[in-house]
Amino acid sequence: MKQKLQPTIGLEIHVELKTKSKMFCGCPADHFGKKPNTQTCPVCLGLPGALPVPNQKAIDWTIMIGLALDCQVNRESTFDRKHYFYPDLAKGFQISQYDDPFCFKGKLKLTSGKVIRITRVHLEEDTGKLLHRQVDGEKVSLVDFNRSGVPLVEIVTEPDLSSGEEAKEFLKKLRDILRSLGVSDCDMEKGSMRLEPNISWSRSVNDLASYKVEIKNLNSFRFAKSAINYDLERQKKMLDHGETPIQETRGYDPSKRMTVPQRVKETAADYRYFPEPDIPPLVLSQEYIEALKDKLPKLPEETALELVTKYGLKPESAAALAKDPAKLSYFNQHVDKAKPQDLANMIINKKVDLSKSLEGQLKQPADAVDEAIIDKVLKENADAVAKYKAGKTQVIGFLVGQVMKAVGGAADPGKVMVILRDKMS
Amino acid sequence: MDVTQLTLKSALEGLNEGKFSSAELTQNYLDRIKRYNPKYHAFVSVNPEAMSEAKEADELRKKGKKLPLLGIPVGPKDNFLYQGMKATAASNLLDNYTPQYDSTVVKKLKAAGAVVIGKTNQDAWGHGSSGEHTDYGITHNPYAYDRVTGGSSSGSGTAVAGDMCLMGTGSDTGGSNRQPGSYCNVVGIKPTYGRVSRYGVIAMASSTDSMGPLTKTVYDAAKFLSVMAGRDEKDATTADLPVPQYHLNLETEKKFTLGLIKEYFEGLDKKFTKVIETAVKKLEAKGHKIKQLSIPAVKYAYPMYCLTVFAEIASNLSRFDGIRYGYDRDRFGEEAKRRIMIGTHSASSGYADQYYNQAMVGRKMLTYQFKQALETVDAFIGPVFPFPPFKIGEKETDPLKMYLSDVLTVPANLTGQPAMSVPIDFVDGMPNGLQVICKHFDEQTMFQIASQVEQEYQMYKIRPKLI
Repeated sequence: MKQKLQPTIGLEIHVELKTKSKMFCGCPADHFGKKPNTQTCPVCLGLPGALPVPNQKAIDWTIMIGLALDCQVNRESTFDRKHYFYPDLAKGFQISQYDDPFCFKGKLKLTSGKVIRITRVHLEEDTGKLLHRQVDGEKVSLVDFNRSGVPLVEIVTEPDLSSGEEAKEFLKKLRDILRSLGVSDCDMEKGSMRLEPNISWSRSVNDLASYKVEIKNLNSFRFAKSAINYDLERQKKMLDHGETPIQETRGYDPSKRMTVPQRVKETAADYRYFPEPDIPPLVLSQEYIEALKDKLPKLPEETALELVTKYGLKPESAAALAKDPAKLSYFNQHVDKAKPQDLANMIINKKVDLSKSLEGQLKQPADAVDEAIIDKVLKENADAVAKYKAGKTQVIGFLVGQVMKAVGGAADPGKVMVILRDKMS
Repeated sequence: MDVTQLTLKSALEGLNEGKFSSAELTQNYLDRIKRYNPKYHAFVSVNPEAMSEAKEADELRKKGKKLPLLGIPVGPKDNFLYQGMKATAASNLLDNYTPQYDSTVVKKLKAAGAVVIGKTNQDAWGHGSSGEHTDYGITHNPYAYDRVTGGSSSGSGTAVAGDMCLMGTGSDTGGSNRQPGSYCNVVGIKPTYGRVSRYGVIAMASSTDSMGPLTKTVYDAAKFLSVMAGRDEKDATTADLPVPQYHLNLETEKKFTLGLIKEYFEGLDKKFTKVIETAVKKLEAKGHKIKQLSIPAVKYAYPMYCLTVFAEIASNLSRFDGIRYGYDRDRFGEEAKRRIMIGTHSASSGYADQYYNQAMVGRKMLTYQFKQALETVDAFIGPVFPFPPFKIGEKETDPLKMYLSDVLTVPANLTGQPAMSVPIDFVDGMPNGLQVICKHFDEQTMFQIASQVEQEYQMYKIRPKLI
């Protein structure tokens, strides 16, 4: 009997690293929104005679990503040239990694316990960008090389995912890890994280379909989920009718919530990969790899678990803090000054400004008001209290005013009123 | 006294003693360029600022400034970028290209006080061993106008031999500095790969390109290399090793063990064999030991070179895609097109395993065999070229014949070892060099051996008569 077909999804994720300088030259790597071609030099313009010198920080970070994804690290790695023609590719080839990527054979576990295998994590350079404009009434394509040479990490999974939901969870987990490492903003809007799912219905991961559909230009996890689910359904219908979907690249139209054909790949591209002769092979020592391992921060899941056991936080709150390095660090800094769960709530619900110290911000709620002050006000205004008790309840406004004056305005008048009422009843 | 015939050593003495100025020296060279360049095509372009650079050097000298090449007119090969001066690599495709930055070598020359007199001609992109494959006029041999100069640093060869500048630079990818050295009676150096920065030199093949000097004497080359060499942050393949003052340590009575590689003499022109044998005897008589060796992989060096180097050529030239630099790719010459096609094929999927990858394995083997053999000797000596300079146009129809010129020079490029050509006896009235190959980064020994050869022959005393 034929094995039943399974939804089979693999992901290719590109992440721009937020290093100070580009991958192979000293130009700034932060290119978003900058005036075109203002952050270039002979190297990233691919001018004759210019040579690439690899950015050590980018290499460190790539290996840290690999380690965080439980990968093995290649002790000897090379950069390779990937040849193709496109106007935004300055040299006619992209410096990437082919045979010996920095990291390979990793894994990431979903909440369900399912393990998604990571094929490889490698480092390459980003390309320039084409801008299609009208200049003097003529349609032209312009090239902006600001992005050319920005370090780009490619993470490739095995086709272990089975649904849009799983893909979305995987991507969120990956993003949280990358952010906790502090190596990328993973901002999909700015293109610093790009997703390309490969989708098919296959008998198994070891017996893949003869075709696969690649989806490009997805700029949110939600779109990724819905695009994958849409295309699985589309393919399923074809297969049910005895047709085989064609191998192609499709785009996603969010307004119609459907994938649309973009480009049919008839032949495999021949990139003529060969080792980049301008960069000697990189030999990584065990000590170097160990040192990077020591530098790895705790990953979000581990941190969350710790927050639950140590401070008794609710798991959702712990997870929300753990995946956001800024919130987490604020929590850790101030946890001794408030009840942990309250502090967590305030941070998650954005009730505190993370750029300011906690002390000033804690005075706000009335229950933080020293009751002694309220007692003192009541004592000093015995007449007013007597009037209140005699039924002239509007006098409470005066008493609230006196309390607010005594605390320098740092209290919630509504809550002060409640306490006053309590005390006088 | 004709100042243009001076060596670096004597020119510096003259300048320091105030016998003449850099302006005079430069003017004399410019006069000769004006007179002979239209016929010999040694230069692609002349620096309009050469005289002001010379005057500036004279000013510095007056102020007591001491720099190793102060006021010395030098001709960088056209593929070495000099900001503001056209750099074509002798291809029409770059006829309109003015670089925005200096190559590291030119920067070092300038820092050492040298005057850039002009950019020398070459086989376009470095593709050729004759000087014929240029879009700026074929370079002619100063010793016989109808003969080739050797290439691809043809212009530097003719300019130095023909007294149109004092020293030239060249890039040696498969023999490009040693070959014009041999055919033009000058010293041509290919330093160890990684000894001199490649930054800012229009690349031919990134894994073998080696930048070095072409000069009248061994001393000049040694001093020039001391200026050019060293670690460069902008070239990740440069070695972080100290640079000796090679020229201060040339004269030695040291006796060396010199290896003759059997395979270098197979199929060698008989007259060439004879002059090399004479050189070997002279060295033996001086007390050096001679040892016969065999390096079997040498036989396959040329195919290895073709398959790996041409793949890199195709890759490096792909940036000239017709979008930038002003001209379309139809401006690539026959030879560049041929190499792009061979190189593309060699690295293509389905063929890479039998060509490029196979050649890479062979290259490792050749490097290993060279290293092993160099454990037993201080250097190899042998011929540079398998045949004497041919007539211009003679091999035009059969590119394979021209490729054969490289058979004896490419091995050192594939292995990365330093090698040079030092002039010995003429053959049929044409110059000829002896090749010296040493261990990685042992240029000092190479210069010491060459220096002893030079003492025997003193070929720099022979000057060509230009027409």
